[in-house]
Amino acid sequence: MKGHQASKAIGKTIKYLFLSLYLIIVIFPFLWMLLTSLKSSQGEIYAFPVRYLPQAPSFVNYSSMLWKGNFSRYMLNSFIVSGIAGVGSVFIGILAAYVISRYRFKGQGAILFFFLFTQMIPMFIMLAPLYQMLSKMNMLNNIWTLALLYVNMMIPFSVVTLRGFFSGVSSTIEEAAQIDGCGRLRALFNVIVPIMLPGIAATFIFAFINSWNELFMAIMFIDVDQFKTIPVGLNALILKYDIKWGEMSAGAIMALVPTIILFSFAQKYMVEGLSAGAVKG
Amino acid sequence: MAFQSYNLVNINNIKWIGFDNFTNLFSGSEQDDFKLALWNTVKWVFISLAFQFLIGFALALLLKKKFHGSAVYQGLIFFPWAVSGFLIGIMWRWMFNGTSGVINDILIRMGILDQPFGFLANTSTSLASVIVANIWYGIPFFTIMITAALRGVAPELYEAADVDGANVFIKFFKITVPSIKSVLMLTVLLRVIWIFNFPDLIYSMTNGGPGGSSNIITSLMMQKVQSLDYGAASAIGLLCILFLSVYTIIYLLFTKFTDSEE
Repeated sequence: MKGHQASKAIGKTIKYLFLSLYLIIVIFPFLWMLLTSLKSSQGEIYAFPVRYLPQAPSFVNYSSMLWKGNFSRYMLNSFIVSGIAGVGSVFIGILAAYVISRYRFKGQGAILFFFLFTQMIPMFIMLAPLYQMLSKMNMLNNIWTLALLYVNMMIPFSVVTLRGFFSGVSSTIEEAAQIDGCGRLRALFNVIVPIMLPGIAATFIFAFINSWNELFMAIMFIDVDQFKTIPVGLNALILKYDIKWGEMSAGAIMALVPTIILFSFAQKYMVEGLSAGAVKG
Repeated sequence: MAFQSYNLVNINNIKWIGFDNFTNLFSGSEQDDFKLALWNTVKWVFISLAFQFLIGFALALLLKKKFHGSAVYQGLIFFPWAVSGFLIGIMWRWMFNGTSGVINDILIRMGILDQPFGFLANTSTSLASVIVANIWYGIPFFTIMITAALRGVAPELYEAADVDGANVFIKFFKITVPSIKSVLMLTVLLRVIWIFNFPDLIYSMTNGGPGGSSNIITSLMMQKVQSLDYGAASAIGLLCILFLSVYTIIYLLFTKFTDSEE
């Protein structure tokens, strides 16, 4: 029995060893970016053999990105575009998902199928025709165009996800509200939406993060500096022959932080949502 | 547009050219690039998928039994998911840097390399490097999904097996795998499409280079878009849509099929 216990203890140690090792592998690239961004001199950044810790941590790279470059403007643009995309797609998603989950009508299956289907085909595949359309409508280099495209991009996801949350809310609550004299829309926004708020918040955050991260449409359709979003700004840095890794990593960290903060709020729901989806199939 | 000569560099010469954009890809001037990208796509999808799945599964087995802090752990390893492929590519590009990259440094300190090696600048290692980054990015997804599925398996099944004196391997193959088979299938099928649609990482790490050695179909398309050859880009795009459509329909039919089975 003693041998059994000993092997169990060894097993546990190995298990935690592997888990810690993996955690280090996950964290390391982020940490490395952070460390690089805090090094102030080129000599320090490009030293080989690598010097791991910055000698005198400084925010020089950050301030030069924000004030010499136009990064603060890009961040504002990204916030505007992603905020509109999140609110817009969730609002439309609520209405559409409500109809799909509460009404029975002809072609319902086809509509749902269509939403799932369009989710599978990324928008960048259609970049060339989109570019042509937008240029004919004189809508290039316009931040609202980008916002509109992102709303459009996130609608299928919002509908599909919110539909899942709607099926979780019993329709009897809503019927009770209607008996008390609520119209359908009022019942929806005053009764159902508050109950679903956590799910709606998670959907919003996901739509926000996806728009925040979107690259290809933004680089194709925007090339005026004042309308650039963060990925477009970073892309301009990466296209240069000589990448300045200090500033680049500072930019990357600033691009990361908002998504990571939002993500940590929504994560519980996302993990649950994903795993619920997995268990249900 | 896929059937037009539509190049913004040659803007006075936009005209219908029938299937020329497609024949160029399969047998004409573009065939070498295109075939290389096709073959790379296959490697990109299957090698990434295999490692993501195996490592993700292994981690899920370790995480199955909840321990103190396991929720926090799961949260931490899930973080890369919030970050765009573009940024991940930038991070790995810096780590793989050929003169002062940290990966070179670690390999030299471990005695595996003698001198720094330009992983992204060599045609023989560029694809492997982007695949490594992609594997890193995709593992957490599998881990989370499979952990959830594992925790859903009824414990009575294992108790019964213990009574019957089954060993670890029998339990694994006779209980664990069959119980979560449908989740495994669905995750894998879904991931194929996501990895296929994921040129972001390649774009910021190598932009398909050097010499197209790390191009996949979707990143090749992005290059055509960037060089303003919209005719060729649309032709490749149309082929992607065709492939994705067929695949998605199969996937959705399969999902329905397993649903009705339960």
